[in-house]
Amino acid sequence: MPLLDVNDLTTYFHTRNGVVRAVDGVSFQLEEGETLGIVGESGSGKSVTCMSMLGLIPQPPGRIERGTAHFDGTDLLHCSPKELQTIRGRRIAMIFQDPMTSLNPYLRIEDQLIEPLLIHGLANKASAKKQALAMLDAVGIQDAASRIRGYPHEFSGGMRQRVMIAMALITKPDVLIADEPTTALDVTVQAQVLELIKKEQEVLGMAVILVTHDLGVVSGFCDRINVMYGGKIVESGPTKDIFYKPQHPYNRALQNSIPALQAKGKKLYTIPGMPPDMSKPSDGCSFAPRCEHATDLCTSEPPELQDIGQAHTTACLRVQRENLKP
Amino acid sequence: MSDAYLQINNLKTHFPVEKGILFRKVTGTVKAVDGVSLSLAKGEVLGLVGESGCGKSTLGRTVLQLIKPTEGTVTLGDRTLTDLGGKELRSARADFQMIFQDPYASLNPRMTVYSMLAEAIQVHRKVPKADLAGAVGSLMEKVGLAARFMRKYPHEFSGGQRQRIAIARALAVEPKLIIADEPVSALDVSIQAQILNLLSDLTREMELTMIFISHDLSVVKHISDRIAVMYLGRIVEIGPATEVFEHPQHPYTKALCSAVPMPDPDSERTRKRILLPGDPPSPLNPPSGCTFHPRCPHAEERCQAAWPSFESLKNNAHEAACVRLAELNQ
Repeated sequence: MPLLDVNDLTTYFHTRNGVVRAVDGVSFQLEEGETLGIVGESGSGKSVTCMSMLGLIPQPPGRIERGTAHFDGTDLLHCSPKELQTIRGRRIAMIFQDPMTSLNPYLRIEDQLIEPLLIHGLANKASAKKQALAMLDAVGIQDAASRIRGYPHEFSGGMRQRVMIAMALITKPDVLIADEPTTALDVTVQAQVLELIKKEQEVLGMAVILVTHDLGVVSGFCDRINVMYGGKIVESGPTKDIFYKPQHPYNRALQNSIPALQAKGKKLYTIPGMPPDMSKPSDGCSFAPRCEHATDLCTSEPPELQDIGQAHTTACLRVQRENLKP
Repeated sequence: MSDAYLQINNLKTHFPVEKGILFRKVTGTVKAVDGVSLSLAKGEVLGLVGESGCGKSTLGRTVLQLIKPTEGTVTLGDRTLTDLGGKELRSARADFQMIFQDPYASLNPRMTVYSMLAEAIQVHRKVPKADLAGAVGSLMEKVGLAARFMRKYPHEFSGGQRQRIAIARALAVEPKLIIADEPVSALDVSIQAQILNLLSDLTREMELTMIFISHDLSVVKHISDRIAVMYLGRIVEIGPATEVFEHPQHPYTKALCSAVPMPDPDSERTRKRILLPGDPPSPLNPPSGCTFHPRCPHAEERCQAAWPSFESLKNNAHEAACVRLAELNQ
């Protein structure tokens, strides 16, 4: 049985300008110790997926319309807030994109680090402080004994993200959800932070969900990847298949448009058009208006994720029925 | 280079750090740009790469005289911009424009596209009112926007379209030099490529000279003829784009290239990454000698002594500032 089993998760935002279908029927599983990447452009619903599971969606305007998310026997979407609180932060921890705004500027690092342990009743204050110090040391903050008395503004961006990681990992969670953990950081610091998450994952044996828009980051880090577009998973599979045997036209186009992989001097490959307006429902595939392979079928019938072999699924009707090849 | 169009000579921008409320005194200086010399030929695109805080944006702004330099000169064509003031500078500004990173912040939310572009056109060109709409329309079409959108406000456009508006606004005065400060960093991958293609076409068509500032080496590689790598206020390596990207010589450039994650699982899992320890140091209190030495995996004692001079190994335009350059690149 998978550790986390998300089924038909659907989150809509009811705004003045209509219903925004941010996440529309997303299903995936996460095994113990596995690293899953969720990739997509801004507005594709990758962050909302993760926040829905942890009850972090502001309601209203957000509403989880349907679906289940079973974690170790508990449905995260339908359990009581109290039950969710015993899981969130303790067994499933989350780190966010912006380490500048996700730490409390008024509290010492130490007080923020021991908070998860105290709230969940995992340690008394003295032993929590000891664990906090050990954790801060483990995430590579030099001179941790004195830095732990400092405030967030005394830390650089990379160090703050290390503090965030320490705070997330201090309860030894089973799942770490990292939402764009390195996007705000410089590349040399990004490499350090990714290395750190990987090291801690090996030590604690936890599963990691890495949410990012950067295909480069997931390629070396994840076992499996979900590619999201327009609130849906359009392709899912082992990392190598996603990169070397991309099936869905969006996944193919996305990879072709990465500047790093294209030869200099030629025109860059681009995907025409713009990401879809999520408040306007489409009858067919949401990528159809930008897809070079789209036919009448694509605009009339919504595609479903279907297995195309070796745990590789894709939601493109033409790939499924007509064996469309790149 | 004698045929240089833009000549930057030993440019320094220092910011004083003050303390106290009533009796303010200077307690230190942030050397954001500390002795940069560059020259660009007409129509050349120079990519300027570096991490946050290395002074690349300050350099861009200083070149355009948005910040007054502490020392050094900037010459554009036959005019020395650093000597100009007031009216002269304002009329000179028609020759150089800037494109900013965040198209959500750089456009006035209360102005329509038409009024934004028309204002820019009128400031520097004399266009009769009757012809304004036509001029705005052709400007919008140049950057790939339909002219019928000219009465819309910025919030009605997506990020990529807003960046096109910002580009159109910069082009409105028919500039000769453009400084683009991270113009694609706020955009999604699929939109990034569109904007890069647009900028690349425009520079060719209009013979624009451009400094393209970015933290992303792979983006810079595409659009630039040459790349300059900056670290803590100074340029550490400069050369032809593919040379710098494929055969970096300075230890910092090497680390920077190796830190960029590649969307290729096999090579990503096997290649050796040069992990730099720590963060870039504060420009308020930079290390002695080569400012990179505390993080450099190859640093020796002599690296702390003095800032190394530029050397060229292959006797071409590819230069780097490292005392151990020859022995590290054998």
